[in-house]
Amino acid sequence: MMDQHLDFEQPIYTCLEKIEELKKAVPAPENLSGQLNQLQIEAEKETAKIYKNLSPWQKVLVARHPNRPHTIDYINNVFDGFEELHGDRLGDDDKAIVGGMAFLDEYPVVVIGHEKGRETEERVARNFGMPHPSGFRKANRLMELAEKFSLPLITLIDTPGAYPGVKAEHSGQHEAIAKSLEVMSDLRTPIVNLVIGEGGSGGGFGIGLADTVAMLEYSIYSVASPEACASILWRTTENAEQAAEALKLDASNLIKLEVIDKVVNEPVGGAHRNHQETYQIVKDFFLNELLALSKISLDDLTAKRYEKFMKIGS
Amino acid sequence: MNWIKDLIPNIKRNFSQTLGDKDSKVPEGLWRSCDRCGSILYIPELKKSSYVCSKCSHHFKINVEQRIEVTFDKDSYVDLNQHEEFKDLLDFKDTKRYKDRFSEAKKKTSSDEAISIGHGKIKGKHVVSAIFEFDFLGGSMGGVVGKRFAQAIDYAVENKLPLICFSTSGGARMQESMISLFQMGKTAAAVKKLKKSKLPFISVLVDPCYGGVTASLAMLGDLIIAEPKARIGFSGKRVIQDTVKEELPKDFQTAEKQLEMGFVDKIVDRKDIRKFFEKMLIILE
Ligand SMILES: [Zn+2]
Repeated sequence: MMDQHLDFEQPIYTCLEKIEELKKAVPAPENLSGQLNQLQIEAEKETAKIYKNLSPWQKVLVARHPNRPHTIDYINNVFDGFEELHGDRLGDDDKAIVGGMAFLDEYPVVVIGHEKGRETEERVARNFGMPHPSGFRKANRLMELAEKFSLPLITLIDTPGAYPGVKAEHSGQHEAIAKSLEVMSDLRTPIVNLVIGEGGSGGGFGIGLADTVAMLEYSIYSVASPEACASILWRTTENAEQAAEALKLDASNLIKLEVIDKVVNEPVGGAHRNHQETYQIVKDFFLNELLALSKISLDDLTAKRYEKFMKIGS
Repeated sequence: MNWIKDLIPNIKRNFSQTLGDKDSKVPEGLWRSCDRCGSILYIPELKKSSYVCSKCSHHFKINVEQRIEVTFDKDSYVDLNQHEEFKDLLDFKDTKRYKDRFSEAKKKTSSDEAISIGHGKIKGKHVVSAIFEFDFLGGSMGGVVGKRFAQAIDYAVENKLPLICFSTSGGARMQESMISLFQMGKTAAAVKKLKKSKLPFISVLVDPCYGGVTASLAMLGDLIIAEPKARIGFSGKRVIQDTVKEELPKDFQTAEKQLEMGFVDKIVDRKDIRKFFEKMLIILE
Protein backbone atom coordinates (compact mmCIF):
# COMPACT_ATOMS: atom_id res chain seq x y z
CA MET A 1 0.00 0.00 0.00
CA MET A 2 1.29 3.42 -0.86
CA ASP A 3 2.12 5.71 2.00
CA GLN A 4 -0.17 8.71 2.11
CA HIS A 5 1.35 11.64 3.91
CA LEU A 6 -0.86 13.99 5.82
CA ASP A 7 0.62 17.50 5.91
CA PHE A 8 0.99 17.60 9.67
CA GLU A 9 2.89 14.29 9.60
CA GLN A 10 5.75 15.88 7.63
CA PRO A 11 8.25 15.94 10.54
CA ILE A 12 7.85 12.14 10.85
CA TYR A 13 8.53 11.65 7.18
CA THR A 14 11.52 13.98 7.30
CA CYS A 15 13.10 11.64 9.87
CA LEU A 16 12.20 8.58 7.81
CA GLU A 17 13.69 10.14 4.65
CA LYS A 18 16.92 10.85 6.50
CA ILE A 19 17.01 7.20 7.53
CA GLU A 20 16.62 6.11 3.90
CA GLU A 21 19.36 8.52 2.78
CA LEU A 22 21.74 7.25 5.44
CA LYS A 23 21.11 3.66 4.45
CA LYS A 24 21.94 4.46 0.83
CA ALA A 25 25.01 6.60 1.58
CA VAL A 26 28.27 5.39 -0.03
CA PRO A 27 30.56 4.95 1.67
CA ALA A 28 28.49 4.05 4.68
CA PRO A 29 29.06 6.62 7.42
CA GLU A 30 30.83 5.65 10.60
CA ASN A 31 28.57 4.47 13.36
CA LEU A 32 25.72 3.89 10.88
CA SER A 33 23.64 1.75 13.19
CA GLY A 34 23.99 4.27 16.03
CA GLN A 35 22.84 7.09 13.80
CA LEU A 36 19.98 5.03 12.40
CA ASN A 37 18.87 4.15 15.90
CA GLN A 38 18.97 7.77 16.90
CA LEU A 39 16.84 8.80 13.92
CA GLN A 40 14.42 5.96 14.55
CA ILE A 41 13.92 7.15 18.11
CA GLU A 42 13.49 10.68 16.86
CA ALA A 43 10.84 9.58 14.35
CA GLU A 44 8.95 7.75 17.06
CA LYS A 45 9.12 10.71 19.41
CA GLU A 46 7.94 13.00 16.66
CA THR A 47 5.04 10.63 15.89
CA ALA A 48 3.97 10.42 19.52
CA LYS A 49 4.22 14.19 19.91
CA ILE A 50 2.18 14.96 16.80
CA TYR A 51 -0.51 12.42 17.59
CA LYS A 52 -0.86 13.59 21.15
CA ASN A 53 -1.83 17.04 19.99
CA LEU A 54 -4.04 16.47 16.97
CA SER A 55 -6.68 19.12 16.34
CA PRO A 56 -10.24 17.93 15.65
CA TRP A 57 -9.76 18.60 11.94
CA GLN A 58 -6.52 16.61 11.89
CA LYS A 59 -8.44 13.75 13.49
CA VAL A 60 -10.97 14.01 10.67
CA LEU A 61 -8.11 13.52 8.21
CA VAL A 62 -6.74 10.56 10.16
CA ALA A 63 -10.22 9.01 10.44
CA ARG A 64 -10.46 9.17 6.64
CA HIS A 65 -6.86 8.10 6.00
CA PRO A 66 -6.71 5.77 3.00
CA ASN A 67 -4.49 3.28 4.84
CA ARG A 68 -6.75 3.08 7.84
CA PRO A 69 -8.26 -0.40 8.25
CA HIS A 70 -11.85 -0.80 7.02
CA THR A 71 -14.63 -3.09 8.21
CA ILE A 72 -13.52 -5.89 5.88
CA ASP A 73 -9.96 -5.63 7.19
CA TYR A 74 -11.18 -6.05 10.76
CA ILE A 75 -13.46 -8.88 9.72
CA ASN A 76 -10.56 -10.72 8.08
CA ASN A 77 -7.97 -10.04 10.75
CA VAL A 78 -9.83 -9.88 14.05
CA PHE A 79 -12.34 -12.67 13.38
CA ASP A 80 -12.01 -16.19 11.94
CA GLY A 81 -14.11 -17.94 9.33
CA PHE A 82 -16.29 -15.01 8.34
CA GLU A 83 -19.26 -16.07 6.26
CA GLU A 84 -20.85 -13.09 4.55
CA LEU A 85 -24.64 -13.18 4.35
CA HIS A 86 -26.39 -11.12 1.73
CA GLY A 87 -29.65 -9.38 1.09
CA ASP A 88 -32.59 -7.74 2.80
CA ARG A 89 -35.12 -10.35 1.52
CA LEU A 90 -37.06 -7.48 0.03
CA GLY A 91 -35.30 -7.35 -3.30
CA ASP A 92 -31.92 -5.75 -2.65
CA ASP A 93 -28.43 -6.32 -1.31
CA ASP A 94 -26.69 -3.15 -0.25
CA LYS A 95 -22.90 -3.40 -0.57
CA ALA A 96 -22.28 -0.37 1.63
CA ILE A 97 -23.09 -2.55 4.64
CA VAL A 98 -21.54 -5.98 4.99
CA GLY A 99 -22.60 -8.51 7.54
CA GLY A 100 -22.41 -12.13 8.43
CA MET A 101 -21.28 -14.66 10.97
CA ALA A 102 -17.79 -15.32 12.23
CA PHE A 103 -15.81 -16.53 15.20
CA LEU A 104 -14.12 -14.27 17.68
CA ASP A 105 -11.64 -16.75 19.04
CA GLU A 106 -13.96 -19.67 19.55
CA TYR A 107 -17.11 -17.60 20.08
CA PRO A 108 -19.59 -17.33 17.21
CA VAL A 109 -20.83 -13.79 16.65
CA VAL A 110 -22.76 -11.72 14.13
CA VAL A 111 -20.70 -8.86 12.76
CA ILE A 112 -22.04 -5.98 10.68
CA GLY A 113 -20.29 -2.85 9.41
CA HIS A 114 -20.11 -0.13 6.78
CA GLU A 115 -17.57 -0.78 4.06
CA LYS A 116 -16.28 2.14 2.00
CA GLY A 117 -14.22 0.05 -0.43
CA ARG A 118 -10.60 0.52 -1.50
CA GLU A 119 -9.97 0.86 -5.23
CA THR A 120 -12.13 3.11 -7.39
CA GLU A 121 -14.26 0.31 -8.78
CA GLU A 122 -14.96 -1.19 -5.37
CA ARG A 123 -15.61 2.20 -3.86
CA VAL A 124 -18.26 2.88 -6.50
CA ALA A 125 -19.81 -0.58 -6.03
CA ARG A 126 -19.98 0.05 -2.29
CA ASN A 127 -21.29 3.57 -2.81
CA PHE A 128 -18.39 4.89 -0.67
CA GLY A 129 -19.89 3.23 2.37
CA MET A 130 -23.14 5.23 2.18
CA PRO A 131 -26.04 2.83 2.78
CA HIS A 132 -29.42 2.70 1.10
CA PRO A 133 -32.42 1.54 3.14
CA SER A 134 -31.75 -2.05 2.07
CA GLY A 135 -28.45 -1.91 3.98
CA PHE A 136 -30.22 -1.22 7.26
CA ARG A 137 -32.86 -3.82 6.44
CA LYS A 138 -30.19 -6.43 5.79
CA ALA A 139 -28.49 -5.43 9.04
CA ASN A 140 -31.79 -5.80 10.89
CA ARG A 141 -32.34 -9.25 9.45
CA LEU A 142 -28.93 -10.32 10.72
CA MET A 143 -29.53 -8.67 14.09
CA GLU A 144 -32.71 -10.66 14.49
CA LEU A 145 -30.80 -13.84 13.66
CA ALA A 146 -28.27 -12.87 16.34
CA GLU A 147 -31.09 -12.59 18.87
CA LYS A 148 -32.76 -15.80 17.78
CA PHE A 149 -29.59 -17.89 17.97
CA SER A 150 -28.13 -16.14 21.04
CA LEU A 151 -25.14 -14.72 19.18
CA PRO A 152 -23.57 -11.49 20.39
CA LEU A 153 -23.69 -8.67 17.88
CA ILE A 154 -20.70 -6.53 16.91
CA THR A 155 -21.21 -3.48 14.71
CA LEU A 156 -18.53 -1.33 13.07
CA ILE A 157 -19.27 2.21 11.95
CA ASP A 158 -17.42 3.84 9.06
CA THR A 159 -19.57 5.97 6.79
CA PRO A 160 -19.90 9.58 5.67
CA GLY A 161 -23.67 9.10 6.15
CA ALA A 162 -26.76 7.49 4.68
CA TYR A 163 -26.92 8.04 0.91
CA PRO A 164 -28.88 11.15 -0.08
CA GLY A 165 -30.44 9.96 -3.35
CA VAL A 166 -33.80 9.60 -5.04
CA LYS A 167 -33.94 5.80 -4.84
CA ALA A 168 -32.83 5.90 -1.21
CA GLU A 169 -35.66 8.29 -0.38
CA HIS A 170 -38.23 6.36 -2.37
CA SER A 171 -37.34 3.13 -0.65
CA GLY A 172 -37.59 4.74 2.77
CA GLN A 173 -34.26 5.83 4.22
CA HIS A 174 -36.18 7.42 7.11
CA GLU A 175 -38.20 4.30 7.89
CA ALA A 176 -35.21 1.96 7.54
CA ILE A 177 -33.04 3.87 10.01
CA ALA A 178 -35.92 4.38 12.44
CA LYS A 179 -36.77 0.70 12.35
CA SER A 180 -33.16 -0.32 12.84
CA LEU A 181 -32.92 1.82 15.97
CA GLU A 182 -36.15 0.38 17.30
CA VAL A 183 -34.90 -3.17 16.70
CA MET A 184 -31.54 -2.50 18.35
CA SER A 185 -33.11 -0.76 21.34
CA ASP A 186 -34.68 -4.00 22.47
CA LEU A 187 -32.55 -6.72 20.86
CA ARG A 188 -32.08 -9.49 23.39
CA THR A 189 -28.40 -10.15 22.87
CA PRO A 190 -25.26 -8.20 23.83
CA ILE A 191 -24.33 -5.48 21.33
CA VAL A 192 -20.86 -3.93 21.06
CA ASN A 193 -20.39 -1.02 18.68
CA LEU A 194 -17.07 0.43 17.58
CA VAL A 195 -16.64 3.51 15.42
CA ILE A 196 -13.56 2.67 13.35
CA GLY A 197 -13.36 5.69 11.04
CA GLU A 198 -16.12 8.12 10.24
CA GLY A 199 -19.38 8.04 12.11
CA GLY A 200 -21.62 10.23 10.05
CA SER A 201 -25.18 11.05 11.14
CA GLY A 202 -28.13 8.65 11.12
CA GLY A 203 -26.42 6.53 8.49
CA GLY A 204 -23.75 5.73 11.05
CA PHE A 205 -25.85 5.53 14.19
CA GLY A 206 -28.41 3.41 12.32
CA ILE A 207 -26.34 0.37 13.31
CA GLY A 208 -24.88 1.90 16.48
CA LEU A 209 -27.41 1.59 19.29
CA ALA A 210 -25.41 -0.70 21.54
CA ASP A 211 -24.65 -1.77 25.11
CA THR A 212 -21.09 -0.57 24.64
CA VAL A 213 -20.65 2.39 22.32
CA ALA A 214 -16.94 2.83 21.69
CA MET A 215 -14.70 4.76 19.37
CA LEU A 216 -11.20 4.16 18.15
CA GLU A 217 -8.95 6.93 19.42
CA TYR A 218 -8.72 8.78 16.09
CA SER A 219 -12.17 8.08 14.73
CA ILE A 220 -14.86 10.75 14.54
CA TYR A 221 -18.59 10.74 15.27
CA SER A 222 -20.99 13.58 14.60
CA VAL A 223 -24.55 14.47 13.73
CA ALA A 224 -23.41 15.57 10.28
CA SER A 225 -20.05 15.55 8.54
CA PRO A 226 -18.04 18.73 9.21
CA GLU A 227 -18.55 19.69 5.56
CA ALA A 228 -22.32 19.25 5.78
CA CYS A 229 -22.45 21.10 9.07
CA ALA A 230 -20.42 23.97 7.64
CA SER A 231 -22.62 24.21 4.57
CA ILE A 232 -25.73 24.40 6.74
CA LEU A 233 -24.49 26.81 9.40
CA TRP A 234 -21.84 28.83 7.58
CA ARG A 235 -23.39 28.36 4.13
CA THR A 236 -20.04 27.16 2.76
CA THR A 237 -17.99 24.00 3.14
CA GLU A 238 -14.89 26.17 3.53
CA ASN A 239 -15.61 26.34 7.25
CA ALA A 240 -15.40 22.56 7.68
CA GLU A 241 -12.39 22.91 9.95
CA GLN A 242 -14.27 25.25 12.28
CA ALA A 243 -17.28 22.95 12.14
CA ALA A 244 -15.09 19.99 13.16
CA GLU A 245 -13.98 22.03 16.14
CA ALA A 246 -17.53 23.05 17.10
CA LEU A 247 -19.03 19.58 16.71
CA LYS A 248 -16.72 18.04 19.34
CA LEU A 249 -16.56 15.03 17.07
CA ASP A 250 -13.46 13.31 18.43
CA ALA A 251 -13.34 10.45 20.90
CA SER A 252 -11.68 12.44 23.69
CA ASN A 253 -14.41 15.08 23.62
CA LEU A 254 -17.24 12.58 23.31
CA ILE A 255 -16.12 10.51 26.28
CA LYS A 256 -15.93 13.72 28.34
CA LEU A 257 -19.49 14.53 27.26
CA GLU A 258 -20.50 11.01 28.37
CA VAL A 259 -22.02 10.34 24.97
CA ILE A 260 -19.86 7.28 24.33
CA ASP A 261 -18.82 4.59 26.79
CA LYS A 262 -15.24 3.81 25.82
CA VAL A 263 -12.27 4.96 23.80
CA VAL A 264 -10.05 2.27 22.31
CA ASN A 265 -6.49 3.51 22.05
CA GLU A 266 -4.72 3.10 18.74
CA PRO A 267 -1.02 2.31 18.23
CA VAL A 268 1.25 5.34 18.44
CA GLY A 269 0.68 7.38 15.29
CA GLY A 270 -2.69 5.87 14.45
CA ALA A 271 -4.18 2.62 13.14
CA HIS A 272 -2.86 3.30 9.63
CA ARG A 273 0.75 3.03 10.92
CA ASN A 274 0.40 -0.38 12.46
CA HIS A 275 -2.40 -2.62 11.28
CA GLN A 276 -1.41 -5.77 13.15
CA GLU A 277 -1.20 -4.04 16.50
CA THR A 278 -4.56 -2.37 15.82
CA TYR A 279 -6.23 -5.72 15.08
CA GLN A 280 -4.88 -7.16 18.31
CA ILE A 281 -6.09 -4.19 20.35
CA VAL A 282 -9.52 -4.36 18.75
CA LYS A 283 -9.78 -8.10 19.26
CA ASP A 284 -8.89 -7.78 22.94
CA PHE A 285 -11.42 -5.02 23.30
CA PHE A 286 -14.25 -7.10 21.78
CA LEU A 287 -13.35 -10.14 23.88
CA ASN A 288 -13.31 -8.11 27.08
CA GLU A 289 -16.59 -6.37 26.33
CA LEU A 290 -18.42 -9.53 25.35
CA LEU A 291 -17.11 -11.29 28.42
CA ALA A 292 -18.41 -8.50 30.64
CA LEU A 293 -21.76 -8.21 28.85
CA SER A 294 -22.35 -11.96 28.80
CA LYS A 295 -22.49 -11.95 32.60
CA ILE A 296 -25.55 -9.71 32.59
CA SER A 297 -29.00 -11.25 32.21
CA LEU A 298 -30.82 -10.30 29.01
CA ASP A 299 -33.53 -8.50 30.98
CA ASP A 300 -30.94 -6.39 32.78
CA LEU A 301 -28.96 -5.87 29.62
CA THR A 302 -31.86 -4.39 27.63
CA ALA A 303 -33.00 -2.39 30.67
CA LYS A 304 -29.53 -0.91 31.08
CA ARG A 305 -29.30 -0.15 27.38
CA TYR A 306 -32.63 1.68 27.63
CA GLU A 307 -31.53 3.66 30.68
CA LYS A 308 -28.25 4.61 29.06
CA PHE A 309 -29.93 6.21 26.07
CA MET A 310 -32.55 7.86 28.27
CA LYS A 311 -29.77 9.61 30.18
CA ILE A 312 -28.01 11.12 27.18
CA GLY A 313 -28.83 14.81 27.02
CA SER A 314 -31.33 14.63 29.87
CA MET B 1 -69.50 38.08 -0.20
CA ASN B 2 -70.91 41.46 0.63
CA TRP B 3 -69.46 41.75 4.09
CA ILE B 4 -65.98 41.66 2.59
CA LYS B 5 -66.78 44.70 0.46
CA ASP B 6 -67.86 46.56 3.55
CA LEU B 7 -64.57 45.85 5.20
CA ILE B 8 -62.29 46.55 2.27
CA PRO B 9 -61.46 50.17 3.18
CA ASN B 10 -60.36 48.87 6.53
CA ILE B 11 -58.15 46.21 5.00
CA LYS B 12 -56.38 48.74 2.83
CA ARG B 13 -55.64 50.98 5.75
CA ASN B 14 -53.97 48.18 7.65
CA PHE B 15 -52.29 46.53 4.72
CA SER B 16 -48.78 47.61 5.59
CA GLN B 17 -48.68 45.22 8.50
CA THR B 18 -47.05 41.89 7.71
CA LEU B 19 -47.49 38.69 9.55
CA GLY B 20 -45.73 35.52 8.56
CA ASP B 21 -44.18 35.33 5.11
CA LYS B 22 -42.49 38.37 3.60
CA ASP B 23 -44.62 38.46 0.48
CA SER B 24 -48.00 37.84 1.98
CA LYS B 25 -49.08 41.26 3.17
CA VAL B 26 -52.02 40.92 5.45
CA PRO B 27 -54.21 43.36 7.27
CA GLU B 28 -53.70 43.54 10.96
CA GLY B 29 -55.76 41.40 13.26
CA LEU B 30 -58.66 40.02 11.31
CA TRP B 31 -57.32 39.08 7.93
CA ARG B 32 -54.52 37.17 6.36
CA SER B 33 -53.74 36.01 2.89
CA CYS B 34 -53.25 32.37 1.90
CA ASP B 35 -49.59 31.49 1.40
CA ARG B 36 -50.52 29.38 -1.60
CA CYS B 37 -53.41 30.96 -3.49
CA GLY B 38 -53.24 34.48 -2.09
CA SER B 39 -56.94 34.62 -1.14
CA ILE B 40 -57.64 37.04 1.65
CA LEU B 41 -59.10 35.06 4.50
CA TYR B 42 -61.08 36.20 7.52
CA ILE B 43 -59.15 34.88 10.51
CA PRO B 44 -62.11 33.81 12.67
CA GLU B 45 -63.30 31.77 9.68
CA LEU B 46 -59.81 30.40 9.11
CA LYS B 47 -59.69 29.26 12.72
CA LYS B 48 -63.01 27.52 12.35
CA SER B 49 -61.66 25.64 9.36
CA SER B 50 -58.61 24.45 11.36
CA TYR B 51 -56.30 26.89 9.54
CA VAL B 52 -57.02 25.35 6.16
CA CYS B 53 -57.67 27.71 3.25
CA SER B 54 -61.31 27.55 2.21
CA LYS B 55 -60.33 28.30 -1.40
CA CYS B 56 -57.40 25.97 -2.10
CA SER B 57 -57.22 23.67 0.94
CA HIS B 58 -53.74 24.89 1.78
CA HIS B 59 -52.83 23.76 5.29
CA PHE B 60 -51.36 26.78 7.06
CA LYS B 61 -48.32 26.32 9.22
CA ILE B 62 -49.62 26.41 12.78
CA ASN B 63 -47.89 26.67 16.12
CA VAL B 64 -48.31 24.43 19.15
CA GLU B 65 -51.09 26.55 20.60
CA GLN B 66 -53.08 26.44 17.36
CA ARG B 67 -52.46 22.70 17.01
CA ILE B 68 -53.92 22.16 20.46
CA GLU B 69 -56.86 24.38 19.57
CA VAL B 70 -57.71 22.44 16.38
CA THR B 71 -57.05 18.98 17.85
CA PHE B 72 -58.37 18.82 21.40
CA ASP B 73 -61.80 19.24 22.92
CA LYS B 74 -62.25 22.73 24.27
CA ASP B 75 -60.42 23.35 27.57
CA SER B 76 -59.39 19.71 27.92
CA TYR B 77 -55.67 20.11 27.26
CA VAL B 78 -53.22 19.92 30.16
CA ASP B 79 -49.58 20.82 29.70
CA LEU B 80 -46.98 18.23 30.81
CA ASN B 81 -43.85 20.25 30.03
CA GLN B 82 -41.37 20.46 32.83
CA HIS B 83 -39.10 23.45 33.08
CA GLU B 84 -35.66 22.73 31.65
CA GLU B 85 -32.52 24.80 32.16
CA PHE B 86 -30.86 25.64 28.88
CA LYS B 87 -27.74 23.53 28.43
CA ASP B 88 -25.02 24.14 25.87
CA LEU B 89 -22.81 21.16 26.61
CA LEU B 90 -20.73 21.61 23.45
CA ASP B 91 -20.34 25.35 23.98
CA PHE B 92 -21.39 25.56 20.35
CA LYS B 93 -20.71 28.56 18.19
CA ASP B 94 -21.03 28.97 14.45
CA THR B 95 -21.78 32.44 13.11
CA LYS B 96 -23.81 32.86 16.30
CA ARG B 97 -23.73 31.28 19.72
CA TYR B 98 -26.19 28.46 20.38
CA LYS B 99 -27.27 30.32 23.50
CA ASP B 100 -28.26 33.35 21.43
CA ARG B 101 -30.04 31.32 18.77
CA PHE B 102 -31.94 29.61 21.57
CA SER B 103 -33.12 32.80 23.24
CA GLU B 104 -34.10 34.23 19.86
CA ALA B 105 -36.21 31.14 19.24
CA LYS B 106 -37.90 31.62 22.60
CA LYS B 107 -38.72 35.20 21.75
CA LYS B 108 -39.92 34.36 18.26
CA THR B 109 -42.30 31.63 19.42
CA SER B 110 -44.46 31.19 22.46
CA SER B 111 -42.62 27.92 23.19
CA ASP B 112 -39.68 27.11 25.46
CA GLU B 113 -38.42 24.25 23.26
CA ALA B 114 -39.07 22.59 19.91
CA ILE B 115 -41.59 20.16 21.41
CA SER B 116 -44.48 20.45 23.84
CA ILE B 117 -46.10 17.52 25.57
CA GLY B 118 -49.45 17.26 27.26
CA HIS B 119 -52.66 15.33 27.50
CA GLY B 120 -56.25 16.07 26.73
CA LYS B 121 -59.41 14.82 25.13
CA ILE B 122 -60.32 14.30 21.50
CA LYS B 123 -64.06 13.78 21.13
CA GLY B 124 -64.06 12.58 24.71
CA LYS B 125 -61.15 10.16 24.27
CA HIS B 126 -58.21 10.78 26.56
CA VAL B 127 -54.83 10.92 24.77
CA VAL B 128 -51.24 12.02 25.39
CA SER B 129 -49.67 14.31 22.80
CA ALA B 130 -46.28 15.51 21.67
CA ILE B 131 -46.28 18.50 19.33
CA PHE B 132 -43.25 19.87 17.50
CA GLU B 133 -42.84 23.62 17.04
CA PHE B 134 -41.16 24.21 13.69
CA ASP B 135 -40.41 27.87 14.36
CA PHE B 136 -38.33 26.89 17.36
CA LEU B 137 -34.89 26.23 15.79
CA GLY B 138 -36.52 24.43 12.88
CA GLY B 139 -38.20 21.95 15.17
CA SER B 140 -34.79 20.39 15.67
CA MET B 141 -34.35 17.54 18.12
CA GLY B 142 -31.92 18.23 20.95
CA GLY B 143 -31.63 16.57 24.34
CA VAL B 144 -34.71 18.21 25.83
CA VAL B 145 -36.86 17.32 22.82
CA GLY B 146 -35.90 13.66 23.17
CA LYS B 147 -36.42 13.81 26.91
CA ARG B 148 -39.88 15.31 26.65
CA PHE B 149 -40.93 12.81 24.00
CA ALA B 150 -39.80 9.99 26.32
CA GLN B 151 -41.68 11.62 29.22
CA ALA B 152 -44.84 11.72 27.12
CA ILE B 153 -44.43 8.00 26.56
CA ASP B 154 -43.83 7.36 30.26
CA TYR B 155 -47.02 9.25 31.02
CA ALA B 156 -48.92 7.28 28.37
CA VAL B 157 -47.65 3.96 29.74
CA GLU B 158 -48.37 4.87 33.37
CA ASN B 159 -51.87 6.00 32.56
CA LYS B 160 -52.53 3.45 29.79
CA LEU B 161 -53.25 6.12 27.21
CA PRO B 162 -52.59 6.35 23.47
CA LEU B 163 -49.95 8.73 22.12
CA ILE B 164 -50.39 11.11 19.22
CA CYS B 165 -47.33 12.97 17.95
CA PHE B 166 -47.36 15.83 15.43
CA SER B 167 -43.89 16.00 13.90
CA THR B 168 -42.57 18.94 11.93
CA SER B 169 -38.82 19.29 12.01
CA GLY B 170 -35.70 19.88 9.99
CA GLY B 171 -34.15 16.96 11.88
CA ALA B 172 -31.26 16.86 14.27
CA ARG B 173 -30.05 19.90 16.21
CA MET B 174 -26.60 20.63 14.86
CA GLN B 175 -25.60 22.59 17.99
CA GLU B 176 -25.94 19.48 20.12
CA SER B 177 -24.25 17.18 17.61
CA MET B 178 -23.89 13.71 19.13
CA ILE B 179 -26.31 14.45 21.96
CA SER B 180 -28.85 15.25 19.28
CA LEU B 181 -27.98 12.21 17.15
CA PHE B 182 -28.48 9.88 20.11
CA GLN B 183 -31.96 11.31 20.75
CA MET B 184 -32.93 9.21 17.74
CA GLY B 185 -31.99 6.21 19.87
CA LYS B 186 -33.76 7.60 22.91
CA THR B 187 -37.03 8.23 21.08
CA ALA B 188 -36.91 4.92 19.16
CA ALA B 189 -36.36 3.06 22.44
CA ALA B 190 -39.24 4.98 24.02
CA VAL B 191 -41.58 4.09 21.14
CA LYS B 192 -40.58 0.45 21.57
CA LYS B 193 -41.56 0.66 25.23
CA LEU B 194 -44.97 2.06 24.28
CA LYS B 195 -45.49 -0.67 21.71
CA LYS B 196 -44.60 -3.37 24.21
CA SER B 197 -47.32 -1.97 26.44
CA LYS B 198 -49.68 -2.42 23.48
CA LEU B 199 -50.71 1.21 23.54
CA PRO B 200 -51.41 2.89 20.20
CA PHE B 201 -49.03 5.44 18.72
CA ILE B 202 -50.39 7.62 15.94
CA SER B 203 -47.69 9.65 14.22
CA VAL B 204 -48.81 12.66 12.20
CA LEU B 205 -46.31 14.09 9.72
CA VAL B 206 -46.67 17.82 9.24
CA ASP B 207 -44.90 19.99 6.69
CA PRO B 208 -41.88 19.86 6.70
CA CYS B 209 -40.63 16.69 8.35
CA TYR B 210 -37.07 15.47 7.81
CA GLY B 211 -33.84 13.94 9.04
CA GLY B 212 -33.36 12.63 12.54
CA VAL B 213 -37.03 13.06 13.40
CA THR B 214 -38.43 11.04 10.48
CA ALA B 215 -35.55 8.57 10.90
CA SER B 216 -36.67 7.84 14.44
CA LEU B 217 -39.94 8.53 16.26
CA ALA B 218 -41.98 9.90 13.35
CA MET B 219 -41.70 6.80 11.14
CA LEU B 220 -42.37 4.41 14.01
CA GLY B 221 -46.08 5.04 14.50
CA ASP B 222 -48.52 2.15 14.49
CA LEU B 223 -50.33 4.48 12.16
CA ILE B 224 -48.49 7.11 10.16
CA ILE B 225 -50.67 9.94 8.91
CA ALA B 226 -49.62 12.92 6.83
CA GLU B 227 -51.19 16.29 6.20
CA PRO B 228 -51.86 16.99 2.51
CA LYS B 229 -48.84 18.16 0.50
CA ALA B 230 -46.50 17.98 3.52
CA ARG B 231 -42.85 17.64 2.54
CA ILE B 232 -41.50 14.45 4.09
CA GLY B 233 -38.12 12.79 3.71
CA PHE B 234 -34.80 11.91 5.25
CA SER B 235 -32.18 13.97 3.39
CA GLY B 236 -32.94 17.55 2.45
CA LYS B 237 -33.82 18.27 -1.17
CA ARG B 238 -30.80 20.54 -1.65
CA VAL B 239 -28.36 17.88 -0.46
CA ILE B 240 -29.93 15.32 -2.78
CA GLN B 241 -29.88 17.75 -5.68
CA ASP B 242 -26.18 18.44 -5.06
CA THR B 243 -25.44 14.70 -4.92
CA VAL B 244 -27.42 13.34 -7.85
CA LYS B 245 -27.09 16.46 -10.01
CA GLU B 246 -30.32 15.88 -11.87
CA GLU B 247 -33.81 17.32 -11.84
CA LEU B 248 -35.83 15.83 -8.99
CA PRO B 249 -39.34 14.53 -9.71
CA LYS B 250 -42.05 17.14 -9.14
CA ASP B 251 -43.83 15.15 -6.45
CA PHE B 252 -40.55 14.16 -4.76
CA GLN B 253 -40.79 13.93 -0.97
CA THR B 254 -44.45 14.94 -0.82
CA ALA B 255 -47.01 13.30 1.44
CA GLU B 256 -48.72 12.02 -1.71
CA LYS B 257 -45.51 10.35 -2.92
CA GLN B 258 -44.91 8.85 0.54
CA LEU B 259 -48.40 7.37 0.36
CA GLU B 260 -47.71 5.94 -3.08
CA MET B 261 -44.43 4.40 -1.91
CA GLY B 262 -46.10 2.86 1.12
CA PHE B 263 -44.63 4.95 3.92
CA VAL B 264 -47.79 6.56 5.22
CA ASP B 265 -51.12 4.94 5.96
CA LYS B 266 -53.28 7.83 4.93
CA ILE B 267 -53.35 11.51 4.12
CA VAL B 268 -55.88 13.17 6.34
CA ASP B 269 -57.15 16.70 5.95
CA ARG B 270 -56.65 18.71 9.12
CA LYS B 271 -60.37 19.44 9.27
CA ASP B 272 -61.15 15.73 9.39
CA ILE B 273 -58.43 14.60 11.75
CA ARG B 274 -60.44 14.72 14.99
CA LYS B 275 -62.99 12.38 13.42
CA PHE B 276 -60.20 10.12 12.19
CA PHE B 277 -58.61 9.98 15.65
CA GLU B 278 -61.96 9.25 17.25
CA LYS B 279 -62.60 6.30 14.97
CA MET B 280 -59.11 4.84 15.27
CA LEU B 281 -59.01 5.28 19.04
CA ILE B 282 -62.24 3.31 19.34
CA ILE B 283 -60.75 0.53 17.21
CA LEU B 284 -57.32 0.48 18.85
CA GLU B 285 -58.48 0.78 22.44
ZN1 LIG C 1 -55.47 29.17 -0.47
